[in-house]
Amino acid sequence: MTDTRTEERSRKRTVEVSVGEPLGHPRDPGDDKISNYTVNFGPQHPAAHGVLRLIMELDGEIVERLDPHIGLLHRGTEKLIEYKTYAQALPYFDRLDYVSPMCMEHSFVLAIEKLMGLEVPLRAQYIRVLMAEMTRISNHMLQLGSHIMDVGAMTPNLWLFEVREDTMQFYERASGARMHANYFRAGGVRYDLPPKLLADIGDWLDNRLHLFEDAISLVADNRIFKQRNVDIAKMSREDSIAWGFSGPMIRAAGIPWDIRRSQPYEVYDRMEFDIPVGTNNDCYDRFMVRVEEVRQSAKIMRQCLDQMPAGPVATDDRKVFPPSRMEMKQSMEAMIHHFKLYTEGYHVPAGEVYVATESPKGEFGVYLVADGTNKPYRCKIRPTGFSHLQAMDFMMRGHMLADTTAILSALDIVFGEVDR
Amino acid sequence: MSVALHVPRTASDEGVIDAATKALGDALLGVKEHVGEITLTVKRDEIVNVLKKLRDTAGLEYQQLMEMAGVDYPDRAERFEVVYQLLSLTRNRRLRVKVSTDEATPVPSVTGLWPVAGWLEREVYDMYGVTFAGNPDLRRILTDYGFEGYPQRKDFPLTGHIELRYSEAEKRVVYEPVSLPQDFRTFDFLMPWEGPEYVLPGDEKAVGEAPGAPSPAPAASGPPPVKAEAPKKKGARKPRAKKS
Repeated sequence: MTDTRTEERSRKRTVEVSVGEPLGHPRDPGDDKISNYTVNFGPQHPAAHGVLRLIMELDGEIVERLDPHIGLLHRGTEKLIEYKTYAQALPYFDRLDYVSPMCMEHSFVLAIEKLMGLEVPLRAQYIRVLMAEMTRISNHMLQLGSHIMDVGAMTPNLWLFEVREDTMQFYERASGARMHANYFRAGGVRYDLPPKLLADIGDWLDNRLHLFEDAISLVADNRIFKQRNVDIAKMSREDSIAWGFSGPMIRAAGIPWDIRRSQPYEVYDRMEFDIPVGTNNDCYDRFMVRVEEVRQSAKIMRQCLDQMPAGPVATDDRKVFPPSRMEMKQSMEAMIHHFKLYTEGYHVPAGEVYVATESPKGEFGVYLVADGTNKPYRCKIRPTGFSHLQAMDFMMRGHMLADTTAILSALDIVFGEVDR
Repeated sequence: MSVALHVPRTASDEGVIDAATKALGDALLGVKEHVGEITLTVKRDEIVNVLKKLRDTAGLEYQQLMEMAGVDYPDRAERFEVVYQLLSLTRNRRLRVKVSTDEATPVPSVTGLWPVAGWLEREVYDMYGVTFAGNPDLRRILTDYGFEGYPQRKDFPLTGHIELRYSEAEKRVVYEPVSLPQDFRTFDFLMPWEGPEYVLPGDEKAVGEAPGAPSPAPAASGPPPVKAEAPKKKGARKPRAKKS
């Protein structure tokens, strides 16, 4: 009798305690259904590579769903370009992928030249290829370094930034600007590269890239680095194609697709280089493909330096490319050409083109609709990271929260380009 | 006209037009080839079938959808063009496919063929207001949360309608109508004697008078249509209204 009463009392007490417990925390594990947890990653996050906001739905530490919110760096570049002459539109391209500016300019000037049927002197083509490959090295230094740092290692990033700093000084010596070069022009490049600069680039290729090799040797076979990257975000070949991958992302899937090789432009068909491909299509493969690309870019740069002929660096069509200062001092007609080119600009014949080049991140395309005036009617920019970032939800499902940074880094996202 | 030889060179497009014509049949409205690029104009309602055939027909094999772009032609009855850029990895070719639509008519979504179309369609929707029937997630993508209007339309002003700034008084970001100290000025610098189709600034009273100088290519008579933005909006000139 007494026992039962005590039991009853104690049960009653238990009930009272549970009523008074706040916030609905479950008393015992397994009593209640645990609902998914939503985490907001960004928009200001050091591993987000810019302004990216990820809404992540977590089940414990597993990411169930992911919704990237982009556009926080949207500046309306395409709209602005419609109000600018072709020459004025060019600097906007430096500001798209601000990690590899000259490769952005490359697609745009090629699109203009294709519509105009403009020929470019051979030396200018070599210079463009040389600078584009230097840009690729520059881009990969930042990308590889930050990838390494995002999964936990600090030192390689500092070393790689030294190499990147060198390339930016070459940028400055070629164009006058460290980043926003505005160096490529329709019809050629703005200035010739002085012989001392070419010699210094050659020295740099021979003597400075060991920093890169040293940095990679620290991580490429490192156990922790591999644990963080191998088998993370695997994609099949079919998925990689369906999600519109390009560049290192599609090569990591084992598809040897490189626009420099498949659809060669400028003097890439004279260059000897290999296309590295991955086998597993995980974050580690994406990393290693880029590592090998740096070596191949250095190889291409050496060939450019060896083969570069003398000659003009821009077309002599004065309706497109302005005359030199020297000429302007002596010729009235040159003066008029200069004036007209810097006010009215050149007219591009009506038509539409889509020109894509192999930027360090993948296929960077420009769809240009011209109406015959001095301004583009429509200039649609095909950003590389846009498609890659879209696939992140697909790649991320079932992965741990901590894998986010590795996956995001391996995509090589720059928001100047994704958001435009 | 000379041809630029240093631009990206795809494999030859020989036979593509014939194969596409055969595969697409009635859905194909027009074919255009310009500077070595092929553009197919197709029926809007058939776009899913068309792209599926272009992807799966042997000999065409355009496996990748690289890009979608909207283009606005306000003068046309169906003012928007939606442009699909396809890439064949195996045949090493590119192809452009176009459909046209207006503000109200949706374009069938191709997200079923390529998942990458999801965001590409969202962007066209965001920029032009073209809707895509069947896209499961047709939200805005690049513009701000709560943005109104379609910024890439030709009738949307470059300056936009709303600007935001940090208000020191309210300690938060406030949205306000755009007020500029100076109007947006645009000059096209086209040569006056080559007959621009609008009144030159400062020349408004001269409309209807004889042109000042004989011109090798006379402009069309009558009041010319105003093409450039009229640089007069009285309201826009007043200084920024201080709100607090």
